[in-house]
Amino acid sequence: MLKALKLEPEKCTGCLQCEMACSFENTGAFNPAKSRIKVFTFHDEGRFAPYTCTQCDEAWCMHACPVEAIVLNMATGSKDVLSDVCVGCKVCTIACPFGTVNYEADSGKVVKCDLCGGDPWCAKACPTGAITYVAADDTGMERMRAWAQQAPREAGAHANPPKAKEVQVFNVPQQGGL
Amino acid sequence: MRHVIIGAGPAGVVAAETLRKLDPDSNVTMLSHEPEPPYSRMAIPYYLVEQVGEQGTWLRKGDGYFENNGITVRTGVKAEGLDTQAKQVKLAGGDTVPYDKLLIATGSHPIVPPLPGVDREGVHTCWTLEDSRHIIERAKEGSRVVLIGAGFIGCIILESLVMRKTRLTVIEQQNRMVPRMMDDRAGGLIKKWCQDKGVTVHTSTTVESIDEGGDGHPLAVRMDNGESAQADLVIVCVGVKANTAFLEGSGVKADQGILVDRHLQTSVEDVYAAGDVAQGLDFNTGEYTVQAIQPTAADHGRLAANNMAGYPLKHQGSVNMNVLDTLGLISTSFGMWMGVDGGDSAELYDGDRFRYINLQFKDDVLVGGSSLGMTDHVGVMRGLIQSKVRLGKWKERLKNDPTRIMEAYIACTQAIGHNARVLSA
Repeated sequence: MLKALKLEPEKCTGCLQCEMACSFENTGAFNPAKSRIKVFTFHDEGRFAPYTCTQCDEAWCMHACPVEAIVLNMATGSKDVLSDVCVGCKVCTIACPFGTVNYEADSGKVVKCDLCGGDPWCAKACPTGAITYVAADDTGMERMRAWAQQAPREAGAHANPPKAKEVQVFNVPQQGGL
Repeated sequence: MRHVIIGAGPAGVVAAETLRKLDPDSNVTMLSHEPEPPYSRMAIPYYLVEQVGEQGTWLRKGDGYFENNGITVRTGVKAEGLDTQAKQVKLAGGDTVPYDKLLIATGSHPIVPPLPGVDREGVHTCWTLEDSRHIIERAKEGSRVVLIGAGFIGCIILESLVMRKTRLTVIEQQNRMVPRMMDDRAGGLIKKWCQDKGVTVHTSTTVESIDEGGDGHPLAVRMDNGESAQADLVIVCVGVKANTAFLEGSGVKADQGILVDRHLQTSVEDVYAAGDVAQGLDFNTGEYTVQAIQPTAADHGRLAANNMAGYPLKHQGSVNMNVLDTLGLISTSFGMWMGVDGGDSAELYDGDRFRYINLQFKDDVLVGGSSLGMTDHVGVMRGLIQSKVRLGKWKERLKNDPTRIMEAYIACTQAIGHNARVLSA
């Protein structure tokens, strides 16, 4: 069964062990700047949010690549960058609407999460369960609910945003977040 | 069903693959007037510095990929006309190719301005692999190169020319570099960056003629500021124009590009257009324009193929965007980066560190942005523009610090903890 990273910001303490683990696994050095998962800090609220590629079905990065350097990993569902094929044109970095494909000047290539080939170190390193690697179906329903609440809408619409009813609420930000 | 695609760039290739999937029993034929297998012009700058060989520019690399996928690729055939009554493409040499559904994905060609001397030996455009071979031959270490035009294409090959250790002069007619992608300040920073790296840059300068050179350099480029630059190679990059000439008399209407509806069908039934040649819907403006960018070409190709295969799909409009690496200084632009009437903006400028970010809002929705010296999470600008996510209080926060764009996106689309109570209940 396909698995996916489940990210639960409310469990994140901002310890950055995921970034340490990711960078070590992928570059051989503990260097959070090179981590493919990032913990974003919300100082005003005292909150943290880990975020990385969701391996989305649309695969904007993969379809925008002009040289077939991003490919679907059939085993894990991840979209992997083939470093030796990537020319470093960066089109994928602007095509990805989630901002999770980044250019790395040192190597002249782009990097993104590849789920460590099916054994993601960020999840193994996370001490609080904010990052888990679970059956994709388990993250799907909750994600759908979250997105249904956050569906694109014209500015001005929803002066009184619809409130979630009945369902158990996961990932439902208020309008404009926080 | 015979699907014929004229053109073998990204739009053509993505369309062919999509047709193959959606209409498995059909014939899919791609016609390319260039002799090489389908390749990407985006890879040319890397070919110029020999970072990749020719094969590295190919859009699809597997051995016999097209053949194995039942896509017929005919290279070296040029479409010269189109008979939409008889439903056939006329090729140079008199051959015809019949079609049931046709996709025109002929792309664009570089404009060559009518300058005196522009036809001299050693003056090239930079568009095809063939052009690149000429450039590689002449752009030797220590040679003098003059680049006419500092638009997107000029700037993207600028780095290759510097890496080839040429002595480079860039001449741009407008007051800044990449004028269609960067504003005055950001364009000014790119200019300064290039000058610091030893490139001679003339802006607000027009080339008057390309004359015979001296001192062992065969060419000399004369400018309206009275200066003249000697050259072994002159590269003309002043823009591109849609390849529509062969449509004359076909009934397929064109303006800047081929006019299409939201299904990417042209004014003639069963004839579609995609990519640089198509004047498609712009997500932000709602107008039909030629964007001439890779992601839009891929979008168009996929959409057109869906419609050709009988699965109607409406184009929601493509966000115009670009990314450019000028000697290591990376710039991006998205949507209405120049702002909108009645809109609002956030800007941060750090000229000493070559950093810049500009965000444009309409109400509390991001409608455009541009950046310089940023490589992390830049795509999120596209995401926020295209999903029209309302930023609420984050708009004010972004006005104070536009670099927090990724945080704004996450806070507005993901749960950052305010539901923790619900979950633990």
